[in-house]
Amino acid sequence: MRSVTKAYRPISWPTLGAGGDTGSWRVHRPVVNHELCTKCQFCWVYCPEAVIDRKKITIDYRYCKGCGVCAVECPTGAIAMEKEE
Amino acid sequence: MKRVYNLKQEVEKPPRLTGGHRLCAGCGAGVVVAGVLRALNKEDRAVVTNATGCLEVSTFMYPYTAYMDSFIHSAFENSAATCSGVEAAYNALKRRGKVEGTVKFITFGGDGGTYDIGFQSLSGAMERGHDMVYVCYDNEAYMNTGIQRSSSTPRFARTTTSPVGAKNQGKKQEKKDLTDIMVAHNIPYVAQTAPLGNFKDLHTKAYKAIYTEGPCFMNVLSPCPRGWDYPMAKLAEIIKLAVDTCVWPLFEVEEGVWHLSYMPKRKLPVEDFLRPQGRFRHMFEQGNEWMIEAAQAYVDQRWERLLERSGA
Repeated sequence: MRSVTKAYRPISWPTLGAGGDTGSWRVHRPVVNHELCTKCQFCWVYCPEAVIDRKKITIDYRYCKGCGVCAVECPTGAIAMEKEE
Repeated sequence: MKRVYNLKQEVEKPPRLTGGHRLCAGCGAGVVVAGVLRALNKEDRAVVTNATGCLEVSTFMYPYTAYMDSFIHSAFENSAATCSGVEAAYNALKRRGKVEGTVKFITFGGDGGTYDIGFQSLSGAMERGHDMVYVCYDNEAYMNTGIQRSSSTPRFARTTTSPVGAKNQGKKQEKKDLTDIMVAHNIPYVAQTAPLGNFKDLHTKAYKAIYTEGPCFMNVLSPCPRGWDYPMAKLAEIIKLAVDTCVWPLFEVEEGVWHLSYMPKRKLPVEDFLRPQGRFRHMFEQGNEWMIEAAQAYVDQRWERLLERSGA
């Protein structure tokens, strides 16, 4: 019996950064202060972009658009928004 | 099966919506979609159908997609019909033993593609009883094409087609109550929710909707920083205000039984929700106090009706 998964090949590729390097849209850059961070992962949950590393709490600046939601949501104020150079 | 929600456990799952899509910075839709897809069990696959809208144009740039699951998009008005067709095809293949594992069917539509344009196909799919979930991410206007009014836009809101000036003061009509209309379809599960707090409400409702047999509908509030005209970092604050002022009450209807999911500790005046948003700025001008009163009266009336229905 022919398997369906073999009969059809995917024509699209799920990938990180499907929209290009969206980090170039950024005006303000979120910077994590790891001394204050308690790794509650709230920033990760609220990030509309899913660019925060859940374990290390580091931000992928290639795709981060700098919306600042993480900085507002951080309960300890460990994320600061700094103006892009 | 009753599941206890634990955010730390849920986030262990690999994300199903990747970063680097083209949604605006601070868009609520990304949070909503990631939150709904997180409710899927790890081993299950999903077919995501999308109505045309912000979400579709920004997450699916052929041949790339930001979804780790299968994705299908056909047209603006027929996302629910497309999804029901895929579901029927899956059932036929499953009967012949040609597909393995569980596949779930999730449709995402904006308010334009759900309240207005896609309404007939949504109504039809719900009536036919397909095993699918329709998730409406409600940002209260046609944001993709430049903030035109939709039937979901609340009264007095400024959009490009309901402008504010000497002759006109924002949208004249009230918002259509789509969740009520979906309840009237007598489907197994209808919910109104928002990504609030630790996402417990969104997550549990999404889980129920996905794993309840038969057609289910979810209406999720998704703020739009461009159209609502508020600072983009305040996404969660706006959602919290919408829920606490009872503008967007959280409830679910299971087999026709209404259940209130969240009772605000203190019901805030509707002004608190309106004030941070530029689209309601004209309501705070001199001589426009009646608008706030009218908005408050409308919210109160609907809230009373909801309390009555849910027996809270």
